[in-house]
Amino acid sequence: MAKRIDANDLNVYYGKFLAVEGVNINIEPRSVTAFIGPSGCGKTTFLRTLNRMHEVLPGAHVKGKVLLDGDDIYGPGVDPVTVRSQVGMVFQRPNPFPTMSIKENVLAGFKLNGKRLSKSDADAIVEKSLRGANLWNEVKDRLDKPGSGLSGGQQQRLCIARTIAVEPSVILMDEPCSALDPISTLAVEDLINELKNEYTVVIVTHNMQQAARVSDKTAFFNIAGTGKPGKLIEYAETSTIFNNPVEQATEDYVSGRFG
Amino acid sequence: MTTVTAPSPLTAGEKGRAGDKFFSGLTFAAGGLILVVLLFVTVFLVVNAYPALIAGADELPSQTSFFEYVWPLVLGTLLAAGLALLMATPVAIGVALFISHVAPRKLAKPVGYVIDLLAAIPSVVYGAWGMLFLAPLLVPIYDWLHRYLGWIPLFNDPSATGRTILTAAIVLAVMILPIITALSREIFVQTPKLHEEAALALGATRWEMIKMSVLPFARPGVVSAIMLGLGRALGETMAVALVLSSGALTWGLLAEGNNTIPAEIAANFPEASGLRYNELIAAGLALFLITLVVNLAARWIVNRHKEFSGAN
Repeated sequence: MAKRIDANDLNVYYGKFLAVEGVNINIEPRSVTAFIGPSGCGKTTFLRTLNRMHEVLPGAHVKGKVLLDGDDIYGPGVDPVTVRSQVGMVFQRPNPFPTMSIKENVLAGFKLNGKRLSKSDADAIVEKSLRGANLWNEVKDRLDKPGSGLSGGQQQRLCIARTIAVEPSVILMDEPCSALDPISTLAVEDLINELKNEYTVVIVTHNMQQAARVSDKTAFFNIAGTGKPGKLIEYAETSTIFNNPVEQATEDYVSGRFG
Repeated sequence: MTTVTAPSPLTAGEKGRAGDKFFSGLTFAAGGLILVVLLFVTVFLVVNAYPALIAGADELPSQTSFFEYVWPLVLGTLLAAGLALLMATPVAIGVALFISHVAPRKLAKPVGYVIDLLAAIPSVVYGAWGMLFLAPLLVPIYDWLHRYLGWIPLFNDPSATGRTILTAAIVLAVMILPIITALSREIFVQTPKLHEEAALALGATRWEMIKMSVLPFARPGVVSAIMLGLGRALGETMAVALVLSSGALTWGLLAEGNNTIPAEIAANFPEASGLRYNELIAAGLALFLITLVVNLAARWIVNRHKEFSGAN
């Protein structure tokens, strides 16, 4: 079920390079939180620390704490594999497994850890997940066709279906619409609105209108200059960030003066 | 008044088109050359093999028909190459995965270089190594296998010298290992990061990630790598000729006997004349056909799942 996320004094390093500095943020369960900010400000880096995906790069590590309903995901003995099965992720470009059918893609995460499924259970999960991703009606007659044959927007919703099939507590989305056309973007945004009834959703976006449309709260990240660490500048209700932000930098960014 | 019609700006660029034509001619020639060479080899083999193929059993030096002469050799060749492949493939894929996805970078590079070095050793050296070092070393192991598994016909009559079809296959396996490893590694590292991260983000362990994204992506390439290795194993002459104490066909992997087509040709070609010469060429033609069939089968395997290859 949906869980809250608290980051306390989180520093993210790539080797010796400090990429993100001193983030404190509390993300409520069953809400949509948007991360906005100029390129290179560390919003994606910070997002990836929330399910330890940044560790894919050798040398990447963090200092500080990230609590998932009070449990430190960087605590001793915590397996990143377990963290990632709780905190799912949707990527910038749709990435269904090309060698798998639509159905196999949805079940991909479920079949991990040697779980066995009866055919009827599998069919039920496929239908539930695809309905949850607003994709069922479009693909129900071709579940055994390759996932890579779908349109970009459908592929992205397939990836969301694959993520919610394993019933995570949190769904992270890294610019999920940046490779999609406006119609597909709308479909994914509608879906995000529904997902927040059951999940904690965190979304990184370059599109400020999108942040305004989908999110309850918005976090603005900024960077002082090249080689400097990214910082969380302001975090508040989305309407506050866009209408009367406290910080000057936030106001400059959301009003289009830079970025 | 003369009107000079200026050339339309759209028709300009004869020069660029000439370059294009030259380039396409060059690639066409290169592609055609392969076919021409293949055609000449085929014509040579067929023309020279023909007399042996139509000759009666009493005319041939072996006093048997050509097909009776060649089928033990065909089986011996397939047995040696098949065993080599069976041993080399899992090791090669394991090593390639280790280098590309498991080993820390500091270790991966040197291991990769060492594997590549294995490919640079000439086959006659492998043959000498197999004959003088490996074969005696394997004798006690063969004896042990015979003692405990001798009830399986494959492990009958262990050789006292160790120069058997199994030893030859082990040497072949070592020889094709670097080919399969190097090619597989190249393919494994090209797996899109996106697919690897997709698997990891679902909560896959490293091995599950490899199973979900790396292996399916690499499958056609790995099949090609295995086929190249098989091609080398089928055609390898010197190592087999040195290692194997050849003889009649036998199913005993630990016994002396068996022979492969290339080793048979190499051993007998210098003194061959007349129909014996044609007979050996015909054996070469048989090897050519085996390789062709094996490659077609590999293509078929790769193409069976074209829709799911990720190329679309």
